Amino acid sequence: MMESFYDVMRRQGISRRSFLKFCSLTAASLGLGPSFAPTIANAMENKPRLPVLWLHGLECTCCSESFIRSAHPLVKDVVLSMLSLDYDDTIMASAGHQAEAIVTEIVEKYKGNYILAVEGNPPLNEDGMFCIIGGKPFVEQLRYAASNAKAIISWGSCASWGCVQAARPNPTRATPVHQVITDKPIIKVPGCPPIAEVMTAVVSYILTFERFPELDRQGRPKMFYSQRIHDKCYRRPHFDAGQFVETWDDEGARKGYCLYKMGCKGPTTYNACSTVRWNGGLSFPIQSGHGCIGCSEDGFWDKGGFYDRLTNIHQFGIEENADKIGMAAAGVVGAAAVAHAAVSAIKRARDNGDKQS
Amino acid sequence: MTIQTPNGFTLDTSGKRVVVDPVTRIEGHMRCEVNVNDQNIITNAVSTGTMWRGLEVILKGRDPRDAWAFVQRICGVCTGTHALTSVRAVEDALGITIPENANSIRNIMQLTLQVHDHLVHFYHLHALDWVNPVNALKADPNATSLLQQSVSPSHPNSSPGYFRDVQNRLKKFVESGQLGPFKNGYWTNPAYLLPPEADLMAVTHYLEALDFQKEIMKIRTVFGGKDPHPNWIVGGVPCAINIDGVGAVGAINMERLNLVSSVINATIEFVNNVYIPDIVAIGGLYKGWLYGGGLSGKNVLAYGDIPDNANNYETANLMMPRGAIINGNLKEVFPVDLRNPDEIQEFVPHSWYSYADEKKGLHPWDGETTPKFELGPNTVGSRTNIQQIDENGKYSWIKAPRWKGHAMEVGPLARYVVGYAAGHTEITDQVKDLLGRLNAPVDALFSTLGRTAARALECQWAAYKMRYFMDKMIANLKAGDSATANTTNWDPSTWPKEAKGVGFTEAPRGALAHWIKIKDTRIDNYQCIVPTTWNGSPRDNEGNIGAFEAALMNTKVEVPEEPVEILRTLHSFDPCLACSTHVMSEDGQELTQVRVR
Repeated sequence: MMESFYDVMRRQGISRRSFLKFCSLTAASLGLGPSFAPTIANAMENKPRLPVLWLHGLECTCCSESFIRSAHPLVKDVVLSMLSLDYDDTIMASAGHQAEAIVTEIVEKYKGNYILAVEGNPPLNEDGMFCIIGGKPFVEQLRYAASNAKAIISWGSCASWGCVQAARPNPTRATPVHQVITDKPIIKVPGCPPIAEVMTAVVSYILTFERFPELDRQGRPKMFYSQRIHDKCYRRPHFDAGQFVETWDDEGARKGYCLYKMGCKGPTTYNACSTVRWNGGLSFPIQSGHGCIGCSEDGFWDKGGFYDRLTNIHQFGIEENADKIGMAAAGVVGAAAVAHAAVSAIKRARDNGDKQS
Repeated sequence: MTIQTPNGFTLDTSGKRVVVDPVTRIEGHMRCEVNVNDQNIITNAVSTGTMWRGLEVILKGRDPRDAWAFVQRICGVCTGTHALTSVRAVEDALGITIPENANSIRNIMQLTLQVHDHLVHFYHLHALDWVNPVNALKADPNATSLLQQSVSPSHPNSSPGYFRDVQNRLKKFVESGQLGPFKNGYWTNPAYLLPPEADLMAVTHYLEALDFQKEIMKIRTVFGGKDPHPNWIVGGVPCAINIDGVGAVGAINMERLNLVSSVINATIEFVNNVYIPDIVAIGGLYKGWLYGGGLSGKNVLAYGDIPDNANNYETANLMMPRGAIINGNLKEVFPVDLRNPDEIQEFVPHSWYSYADEKKGLHPWDGETTPKFELGPNTVGSRTNIQQIDENGKYSWIKAPRWKGHAMEVGPLARYVVGYAAGHTEITDQVKDLLGRLNAPVDALFSTLGRTAARALECQWAAYKMRYFMDKMIANLKAGDSATANTTNWDPSTWPKEAKGVGFTEAPRGALAHWIKIKDTRIDNYQCIVPTTWNGSPRDNEGNIGAFEAALMNTKVEVPEEPVEILRTLHSFDPCLACSTHVMSEDGQELTQVRVR
């Protein structure tokens, strides 16, 4: 008999009252109303921990490093109590064939009832041998692990889009997961890396509601990726007022003016950095003085220099220009529909204040 | 058949071959094969880097001011150290100086990384080589409490009830039948020597460290906006400082400085109360296990880091030691010159790259590399299903860097050996104190445990140095200097037509350098030699084995099918394979026209 999250928490000496508080905090961190707390509580009281295989391809491990920085929930609680992280070569005790045996066991024993999380991506050149696991191409392990998976989480920009190793000229032909695995539901959680609390919120959501959160056309959860950094940036009033940092450490930099002229990609980047922020809500790149480099966007490495300002923008200081910037740049990546949706979302948000759009 | 290597090891491939692939609890992907004799002693070791991404090809033609962001993605574990190395390389090439505050902030960020990386490495990547979580279930929480109070009287989390709670949590976790990351571990292997009380204490600290490590990185989020992968700029740091004026919420202000300061204090406390006492306690119980010395008692290399004053990269101004030691002669520390074409060279006869002349080594500024995945004739298996590597052929995505022809070990132990030999008093005091507490001789340093202990000492050293640079920055602000960036040469129109530079740091795993050539304001050539390229190096043209391979030699494995001892020694280096495997292609040609699978 596998124990549930609630069993585990109770046995740790956590009171029911604290447990319910945890559930309502989880609901809040997922952007859900307090009425969802009982649903989360019910799920956590009754479900065994879902097995997760976390594979690593060509990557830098920044997604795992981000994941362990989650403040709510703590990664300790995720690993011990929420899911069963049966394979993750970055932290697992076993190695070699004992490690490989776990993948086989989970794929066979939990048919259709485990989650495959992928960090990094498979290279396809050189018969896949630019990334070797157990003497074989990583892409083989990926295909096998995906074969019986219930669903796949593509962590970060590598798995979602290709990221740095896929930047021109992509010497290894590093390929995002959805182009290799085409018959499974995939949720993309892009970013280099994604925000820790976004990662754990996605996991909590899937475990709680037994489904993916609502996704946009590109497969990203809308709750975190439907608005641009610029839309919710605390420096936005300076953009609207035409107050810009002109050079590093100038008067504007010290006053926290807008970084648009320093190349900030906030107007074209869909992510939650300006709302959820980083490392327990402490800061985000713009707050610490550097423009957004757009790390959650497809192909962000090949869209011009990080200090080149977004082009074709001739006027500043008028609020509607922000949307024009967003649309123009989104058009470049061929995602005009998403931009339109986002523009209307912003308009709704503007009209309705804090109401859910 | 036995082979004598020029660097003093006798290789014998006649015994049973043991393959470990994947080697887990590392960054990236690697494979290891060893031969063991009839007494289960390792007589031959082969280390293979099993991934390649080609970042240097990708950098060609880019804006040098953007390079830090690309190379930062070489590694998300030692995140930032490549970025810092890169901005230093560009600044060196273009003659850009940085303000004192920027130097202090960069040092604080780099030291924060050292502390975080060492702590996470020990508890979350390395501890399970020494600590048996299943055995912890047998512990008496009262005895664990007494042990905790004896090894670390100041640590507040030490009551019997506290340890009982952790043990209960662990018990239910194990009883659930879903062992997660502990699944298929080697929990009955006789190589585990700790009594249950020590295992319970260490597992508890595994969890405490997991909670605490995220606090440490808040420092880098304050200055760099996020972590992993904070932001940097050529010419300084992006965060402006404003301690008096309007709009201080947009910059580093008193609240932010207090936040950093309080994290520094908590970090010093955690390292002193938890990490160091654990090393003494666990090290004391394993001190008879003196395998794994490898090259550490022979050839070690450090570039130095943490410039006290800005813009001075001379040895005397570097707070981390610099120099090379050859053939174990601690009486002489050789100077190291990263620009000299005859000192650092990379070889590829056993690496999956081709050179026009594979007998020669090439200095990074003149690097020449083309990937060439080709297995030796005695490989067992096939091209895409390797069962046994042929180390006489090409066998790794890692090149073989050499310093004046020598295979070198880099990393915390190398730095501590160089520092000890150079009479760096902070280091000699720390080393003598630890050896005294363990009642161990200096030679004990040259081992797997020595590597693990040096990392802990360095973590402690780095935590105090964070405080030093914080105080230094406050003093500088008090004196009226709040500059954080020098933008004189920010504009590429001010740059010479051609320039070349080198930047270096001491990454958590060891000596790291980037070499850059700039032509017409664009990157013409970019080359990195990283710590795991040194440590994970395959054989070279002379047959010298690399540091991982050397350290595994002559180790006794209790159960050859269960690679506890192999993992122990490899992990003591904290391998980082995404870092180690790289390439620079002269023409940066498109390499993508291979068939779709």
